Amino acid sequence: MSALRPLDKLPGLNTATILLVGTEDALLQQLADSMLKEDCTSELKVHLARSLPLPCSVNRPRIDLIVFVVNLHSKHSLQNVEESLCHLDAAFFLGKVTFLATGAGRDSHCSIHRNTVVRLAHTYRSPLLFCDLEIEDFRATMAQRLVRLLQICAGHVPGVSALNLLSLLRGSENPSLEDL
Amino acid sequence: MRREPAGDVGRAKEMDETLAEFFRRTILKIPMTEMMTVLKTWNFLSENQLQTVNFRQRKESIVQDLVLLCEENRASLNDAALLDIIYTQFHRHQKIWDVFQMSKGPGDDIDLFDMEQFKSSFKKILQRALKNVTVSFRDAEENSVWIRIAWGTQYKKPNQYKPAYVVYYSQTPYAFTSSSQLKSNLPLLGQALTVASKHHQIVKMDLRSRYLDSLKAIVFKQYNQSFETHNSTTSLQERSLGLDINMDSRIIHENKVEKERVQKVTQEIFGDYPQPRLEFAQYKLETKFKSDLNGGILAEREEPLRCLVKFSSPHLLEALKSLAPADGEVISSFLEGPSVITRSSKVGKGIEESRRTCEY
Repeated sequence: MSALRPLDKLPGLNTATILLVGTEDALLQQLADSMLKEDCTSELKVHLARSLPLPCSVNRPRIDLIVFVVNLHSKHSLQNVEESLCHLDAAFFLGKVTFLATGAGRDSHCSIHRNTVVRLAHTYRSPLLFCDLEIEDFRATMAQRLVRLLQICAGHVPGVSALNLLSLLRGSENPSLEDL
Repeated sequence: MRREPAGDVGRAKEMDETLAEFFRRTILKIPMTEMMTVLKTWNFLSENQLQTVNFRQRKESIVQDLVLLCEENRASLNDAALLDIIYTQFHRHQKIWDVFQMSKGPGDDIDLFDMEQFKSSFKKILQRALKNVTVSFRDAEENSVWIRIAWGTQYKKPNQYKPAYVVYYSQTPYAFTSSSQLKSNLPLLGQALTVASKHHQIVKMDLRSRYLDSLKAIVFKQYNQSFETHNSTTSLQERSLGLDINMDSRIIHENKVEKERVQKVTQEIFGDYPQPRLEFAQYKLETKFKSDLNGGILAEREEPLRCLVKFSSPHLLEALKSLAPADGEVISSFLEGPSVITRSSKVGKGIEESRRTCEY
C-alpha cells in the first residue's frame, strides 16, 4: 500500500472524485448524500474511508480532493487523521487537501481545543473549515462549498486551479497565526 | 382528613388511620393513565363500585373516593400490600435490581418445588426472627413469585413505605431483589430465601440493573438466539454495512472488506436481536503487567496483581457492540457471565483497548 499520489492516474472525462477520511461513519455518509444532491455539471464520485493508507485498488479513479474530517468531541478522530496524513504524498498539499472540523457548536462536549486543529491545518498549509455536520442546514451549505472546491481542484473551472485557490483562501486567514 | 359519611352511621367499620393513609398514598402514586388498568388488575373493587367514582374530578378527590370504597369493602393490610406489588410490577424500572444465585449442597436430592410450602416457610422464618414484618406474595408468569417485605423490629411496627421486593423464579436458582434502603436485613432475607427454597447457599452476583428483563436475559442465557439457517449468508450481504440496498452507486466505501469482517464478527458474538440492557458490570482480574520500560515497578512483581474492573454505561452491551474492532474474546467473556478471569494478559489488553476507544 503505497502513499497516495495526486497525479499518478489519468483523469476521467468530466469526473471529479472526492475522498472523505474520518472515523465518524454516519456523518461522512450524510455529508456524501448531501453533496450528491447538489446540482453540478461534473459527474461526482465520493469515496469514504476510515483512514489512510487505502486498501489496494486498481479501479480507483484519480482523487481530486481529500477532506479530513475531525470530530472535536473525539480525540480518537484527531489521532486517526494525524496518522493518516503520513501516508499522503507531499504533492497533495498543494491545494488538494482540506480539513473539516465538526462539533464545535457543542462546546461542553469538545475534548479537543479549536487551536489544535488550527495548528494542524497551519502545519500542513491547508485550509480549515468548521461545520456542525449533525445539523442538516449547515451540512447542506458545507456540501455546496465542497462541491465548488472539488470542481476547482478537478480543473473543471476555467481560470482557477487548486493552487490559486489555496492562496486565495490563505489571504482571509487570521494574521496572528504567524505568531503560533 | 376523612369525609364523614352522610346519613348512614353504621355503614362501614372505620379503617385504621394509618392503613387508610397507606391506601391513599399508594393510590396517589399511580398515574391517571394507568389507574383503570391497575385497579382492574388488583380486582379488589368491583365493576359497579368503580362506576360510582367520577374519574373526571381532580386526582385528590378521586383518590378519596377510592379509599372510601376500600373502607366499605373492609380492605386489609394484605390488600394494600398487593396493590403496592402491582404498582411496582408496572413500574419495575424505578427500582434497581440485584441478582442472587442459590446452590444446593453436593449431596442434596432434587426435591419437587411446592409453591405454597415455599411461601409459608419463607413467611415463618421472617416472622420468627422479626416479630413485626409484613410479607405478601403475588404469583407471576414463568413460575415466578413476587414477594413484598415490609420490615419492622421487635418493638416497631413494619415500615410500609420502604419495602423490599424479591422476584423468585422457582424453577431456577435465581432471585432478583430490589435494593432496599434497610440493608441490615439483607442477610436475613438471604437466609429465608435459601432455607424456604431448600437450597444450601446463596451468593450475590455481580450484576445490577434497573431492567429486570435484561437481567433475566443475561442470567437465563436468553440472549443471542440467532440460529444458523441455510440462507444465513445471503442475509448478511443484504444487511452488509447496515446500508440501504438502494444506496447511491456514486458513493464508494474504501474499507468495505474490513467493515464486512467486523460486521460478521459482531453478528456472531452478539446476534441480531437487541441486547439485554446492562448498566453495570464488575469483574475480578488477576494479571501480571507487561512494561515497555525496563524494570517497571508493576512488571517486576512475582505474584499476579489482583484488580477489580468496573464497567458502567447507560446501555453497556450496546456500547461494547459499537466497539466492533476490539478483541472478540473480551466481548464474548462478558456474555458468558461474570467470573474470575485468569486468562489475564489478553483480557488486560482488551480492556485497555476498550478503555481507550470507549469514550463514555
